[in-house]
Amino acid sequence: MRRPFRTQHYQFWLLMALPLLYLIIFHYIPLGGLVLAFKNYNARLGIFHSPNVGLTYFKQFLATPSSQRIIRNTFTLGFYSLLVGFPFPILLAVMLNEVRSKFYKKTVQMVTYAPYFISTVVMVGMLMQLFDLRNGIVNRLVVACGGNAINYFGKPELFSHLYVWSGVWQGAGYASIIYIAALSSVPPELKEAAIVDGASNFRRIWHVDLPCIASTIVMMLIFNIGAIMNIGFEKVYLMQNPANTSVSEIISTFVYRIGLKGGNYGFSTAVGLFNSLLSLVLFLIANQLSRRYSDTSIW
Amino acid sequence: MFRSISAKSKVNKSRRMNASCGDRVFTFLIYFFLSIFFLLVLLPLIYVVAASFSDPQAVITGKVFLWPVGFNIRGYRAVFSYHRITQGFANSFYYMILGTIINIVMTMLCAYPLSRPEFKARRILSVLILFTMIFSGGLIPLYIVVNRLGLVDTRWAMILPSAMSVWNVMIARTYISSSIPNELYEASEIDGCSPMGFFFRMVWPLSKPIIAVLVLYYGVGHWNSYFNALIFLRTPDLFPLQLVLRDILVVNKIDPTLISSAEALAARQGMQDLLKYSVIVVASLPVLLLYPFVQKHFVKGVMLGSLKG
Repeated sequence: MRRPFRTQHYQFWLLMALPLLYLIIFHYIPLGGLVLAFKNYNARLGIFHSPNVGLTYFKQFLATPSSQRIIRNTFTLGFYSLLVGFPFPILLAVMLNEVRSKFYKKTVQMVTYAPYFISTVVMVGMLMQLFDLRNGIVNRLVVACGGNAINYFGKPELFSHLYVWSGVWQGAGYASIIYIAALSSVPPELKEAAIVDGASNFRRIWHVDLPCIASTIVMMLIFNIGAIMNIGFEKVYLMQNPANTSVSEIISTFVYRIGLKGGNYGFSTAVGLFNSLLSLVLFLIANQLSRRYSDTSIW
Repeated sequence: MFRSISAKSKVNKSRRMNASCGDRVFTFLIYFFLSIFFLLVLLPLIYVVAASFSDPQAVITGKVFLWPVGFNIRGYRAVFSYHRITQGFANSFYYMILGTIINIVMTMLCAYPLSRPEFKARRILSVLILFTMIFSGGLIPLYIVVNRLGLVDTRWAMILPSAMSVWNVMIARTYISSSIPNELYEASEIDGCSPMGFFFRMVWPLSKPIIAVLVLYYGVGHWNSYFNALIFLRTPDLFPLQLVLRDILVVNKIDPTLISSAEALAARQGMQDLLKYSVIVVASLPVLLLYPFVQKHFVKGVMLGSLKG
């Protein structure tokens, strides 16, 4: 095949100049800045002339008892989010796929996608209003039903549930789009054959629909596992209060607090690097496993 | 086309005839659970809107449910007379519009060369670009770079560090390489068009659908984010709406002069609640107003993202 534009490659480079400059400045230079994790940063000396401290910060982080709690919190929140937040959209998509009424399906989709567009700040604000101890509608309903008002934001043991289930509330509809698309491409012959063979509705889903979208599910699972340690700073940080820090302090909020607010650059860079490495490893493991057992992988 | 429709209706008919008792229960359960989830999503949204239009006293005493009680717009009047909110609105619009324009230009500039097979460096460049998605320097090194550039506490800090999203570059690249036929490139070259000319005369106009998707992704992203502002901005005059909202909704820092001191404490509490509900509605309005038009584009974007490039 004849390929056009053989002689003028410099023009491609010219077009890419700005994006490449951006990537170098805002992605690759900070990547080089990771050496900070091994330096006792001194603004006067600059990054590279600051004294080396080797792995001191990593040891320091792993040795403190609070760090174990922070790692555990990060992992717990991430894993709980995955456990609930991953299957829920699939369930939603499969159920929507069974709905015959176009109007009903469209309405449910339209409404369940909507919360995705609400910002994190507004989402957490809403959560705090609705679950407020005295004036929140949830506690009003609880009291009206004869129960005792619960201080949802004051109880550490409720933090992860609030975090995860509000995430489902906000994101499940949007996350289901990709599965709905995959389900719409399931060949109808397979379903017809299943009907002829006398398969019940449930069996048609179990033996036809789910195997057909398995590769999509696996791909999303790899991404989600890679993201376990990368749970969002934005929402957790907003939901933190003095009562729940024992369970709500995660690695990214810790990095922010120690690094930017405390000015402890070297130490918090080390903690951030630790987190990045951990999630890279998780991602690679998930990718390897799925390649071995299901022939689906990101690359 | 015709055959598939008739086949489908036949399936439906036979399904209806053969529907066993178990299947009917199953279908009922599906509708039941879907309806519950539907209501769980919808009702809080309605409640917030209803509360924002209600009398403050009715809200804090729990009389409001799905319809405003004592309809009034005092909350909204308070929102719009609050200087920081209106300024936040203006700032957010500024960041959103300028930021999105830069985002689109950068993304298309990056996506087009990556989509051309004869551009030999594209493989290695793709890997280098994707790598930034999986592994990043993290918060502190980025902050130091932005600080060294002198961008901290300027409007540019809201725009330049997020000038391009790698994920969106991949979406645009997939679109360009899959929807603009190679014949068009060949024909253009024979007519004496250069790679650059082709980009401006062909790729740009033919990419309108993907640009629409990108505008939505980036626009909504700018409107809703507060992280960059939290890290890079110090001067309240530069704060985007989300950061102002954080003070009002989460940190609970409301300018006391906003609520006249003559009023009783209970009334003040009620007024604060009302203000919060109103501010939630106002802040989400720009995106939610667009939402019906936006929905199908977002769906399109998700599909493109799921294609393996």
